Amino acid sequence: MQQHDFDILVVGGGGAGLRASIAAAEHAPDLKIGLVSKVYPMRSHTVAAEGGAAAVTLEKDSFQAHIEDTVMGSDWLAEQQVVDYFVRHAHAELVQMEHWGCPWSRKEDGTIQVRRFGGMKVERTWFAADKTGFHMLHTLYQTSLKYPQIERLDEFFVLDLVVIDGAIAGVIAIQIATGEMHLIRAKSVILATGGAARVFRFNTNGGIVTGDGMAMAYRHGVALRDMEFVQYHPTGLPGSGILITEASRGEGGIMVNKDGYRYLQDYGLGPETPLGKPENKYMELGPRDKLSQAFWQEQQAGRTGRYGESDVVYLDLRHLGEKYLQERLPFICELAKAYVNVDPAREPIPVRPAVHYTMGGIMTDAQCETNIKGLYAAGECASVGLHGANRLGSNSLTELLVFGRLAGEQAAANAHAQDFAPLSTMQEQLNQQQQQLAELSARDTGESWVEIKKELLITMEEGCGIYRTEAGMQKTLNTIRALQQRYKNVQVTDKSKVYNTELFMCLELGFGLDIAEATCLGALERRESRGAHQRLDEGCTARNDEEFLRHSLVYYQGQEDARLEWQEVDTSILPPAIRAYGDAAKGAKS
Amino acid sequence: MKLDITIQRYLPEQAAEPFAQTYSVPYDASTSVLDALTYIKEELDPTLSYRWSCRMAICGSCGMMINGKPILGCNVFLRDYAKTGMLIEPLAHFPVERDLIIDMESFLTHLEAVKPYLINKKAQGVQTFEPHVQTPQQLDKYQQFSNCINCGLCYSACPQFGLNPEFIGPAALTLAHRYNLDSRDQGQAERMPMINSEEGAWSCTFVGYCSEVCPKQVDPAAAVNQSKVTSATDLLLSLLGGRS
Repeated sequence: MQQHDFDILVVGGGGAGLRASIAAAEHAPDLKIGLVSKVYPMRSHTVAAEGGAAAVTLEKDSFQAHIEDTVMGSDWLAEQQVVDYFVRHAHAELVQMEHWGCPWSRKEDGTIQVRRFGGMKVERTWFAADKTGFHMLHTLYQTSLKYPQIERLDEFFVLDLVVIDGAIAGVIAIQIATGEMHLIRAKSVILATGGAARVFRFNTNGGIVTGDGMAMAYRHGVALRDMEFVQYHPTGLPGSGILITEASRGEGGIMVNKDGYRYLQDYGLGPETPLGKPENKYMELGPRDKLSQAFWQEQQAGRTGRYGESDVVYLDLRHLGEKYLQERLPFICELAKAYVNVDPAREPIPVRPAVHYTMGGIMTDAQCETNIKGLYAAGECASVGLHGANRLGSNSLTELLVFGRLAGEQAAANAHAQDFAPLSTMQEQLNQQQQQLAELSARDTGESWVEIKKELLITMEEGCGIYRTEAGMQKTLNTIRALQQRYKNVQVTDKSKVYNTELFMCLELGFGLDIAEATCLGALERRESRGAHQRLDEGCTARNDEEFLRHSLVYYQGQEDARLEWQEVDTSILPPAIRAYGDAAKGAKS
Repeated sequence: MKLDITIQRYLPEQAAEPFAQTYSVPYDASTSVLDALTYIKEELDPTLSYRWSCRMAICGSCGMMINGKPILGCNVFLRDYAKTGMLIEPLAHFPVERDLIIDMESFLTHLEAVKPYLINKKAQGVQTFEPHVQTPQQLDKYQQFSNCINCGLCYSACPQFGLNPEFIGPAALTLAHRYNLDSRDQGQAERMPMINSEEGAWSCTFVGYCSEVCPKQVDPAAAVNQSKVTSATDLLLSLLGGRS
């Protein structure tokens, strides 16, 4: 066992974790900062974000407009004061990234170029070709190297938080290369561990996106909020689920069914906009939840095509021409060629919805702090209240900057005011973890984690997919609870210490099962349809503000079933109204 | 269809030497090498260890040698190896930790050594909250060199790094060059000592294999060669006293 002390410990080396680390280093140069990550920082899934990062930029745009779009996108389930803070701090963060060297795409005069994005009424999405997340992550990683007070612990897997009397004391981690246990003490801890989309079978996410941080906070009594809202991105590649950016549509790409018909006009997003003339908030520039739901309807009606094992629709980019595609969407051209053997300049790309983003997460206040003193969360793992029932594309890259920075500063202030917990009081939790791990490693009989994982992924897709029913969700919830029981006897075949990747996949599955329960319980109890949560059962097919203009909070109950509570939503800026896109929005306003 | 895949295993807690193990893996037209490794881990042998995450050739985790060539496992497909067969080994020139997992520390140390961040003395600053002006032509100068995903394939391709692990190598030199070419940067003078040093650009013997294996067409060989020109100019200027 090794022991370390840091004033601030950041868990997760993606965009939010790196931004938080840098903010803490700049804000409080006297503090010692630890950055622990289960992968090298540049492997973090921020790297795969493609389209861009939103901030009010053009003169015709306004903070109010960005607030309206985000709140409408959220189907009124966003915390509006949080949205207000986000919108006002977005631009400065993107400029900060520019000052750190991010290669933002430019206009001829050398100023920042912005592109259209779904659900946004004005062009405000900054981008670096179609590799925005990649460039942001590498810029942040490289910039973090300037600060000697940031000490990285790469390839450390965090097992658990240590909480004493309602305050954070540190974490327990395993060094992946050696299998050795580390007790890391810290005055402040920031969770920046990303989402949990990997509890679903068909998704755009990397293998590491397993909800570890969410589950750890949840097991210590922090609520998971709004977990029923799972974003299906409308354009994943069939088979792999690899992401084809929404920027494809922002640049003018169109969606057609097997008959070549632009079906989105039939789902409240029309009328059809002329080819090559995309219009904000119309057709292909509707929000992700609506587009994924339209796919499902087309599939039911038998108007989807087929690619391999998947039903698909088609993303047609041919009219944009090869030169423009190479300039604006080079990565998309590369991915389509490699994974479905399609040259987008010549053929439409087959696509289908794939799970992409966890709207819910670790409940924090507007300053990113949880109900555990000194424990903060930022980025996709957190629910600070920005996304509500549906996230708008390009809000999340900006989110990890705005709230990563805020969490870093808050954690620094807290670290100045706190002392380390006595090591003696942390020992008990350490012993407990060591014992649990020893038991798991020693178990020679039992079931493989692989079978449990496969069943989890399938049941989540069946019960918590794009459209949901009471019976389907109840069946999934029962299945998850049975899988949790089976997991108690799970067996890890690999007994070695050095890079025991099987052990970590098994532990990730344990986290995933708890996340899945919270997700499914939230979905079951929300007897309405809102944003990404759509139900087919009677009485639940429409939004019901009277009963459900509320956040779901799910609390862990140890061996018992999880418990759900409701929390009021802040609607202090924009009172609830009809959520409409296309021409229907005009009618809604008048 | 099935393909026999032979993997060089190394389990340091069980055997001092690496050994070969062959697995038979079913595949179709879309099965990548990474898919095959996942199949082996989940269905045949859970002890097989390798790094992976994104599956889409952007996170840079899954570099490995396939039939002797450095490649990203997620980016190549079994269908293309039906005739040749497949031997997978860990990336060459790096110490092996276990199976296909190599020790990346030297690579990261080299990246850090070139000060890969914007150095801007005027601090033309965040205080103003205005972005710098940078035209598409100025962006073009370095953009290609900013696309490196840190996968390490070029180090496995580099004979010089194979002989001398102290050579800072293609990716790090490319990153230095990327910042030196950035119109917003004024840090070239700080980076030149490293580039000019014995372990810097001049160690490169211009084999060019690094560019051939780069999965992102970053062309590190071009970056290193351009760095030599910069370096020569810099050295000449310093001899003439023209550089402070």
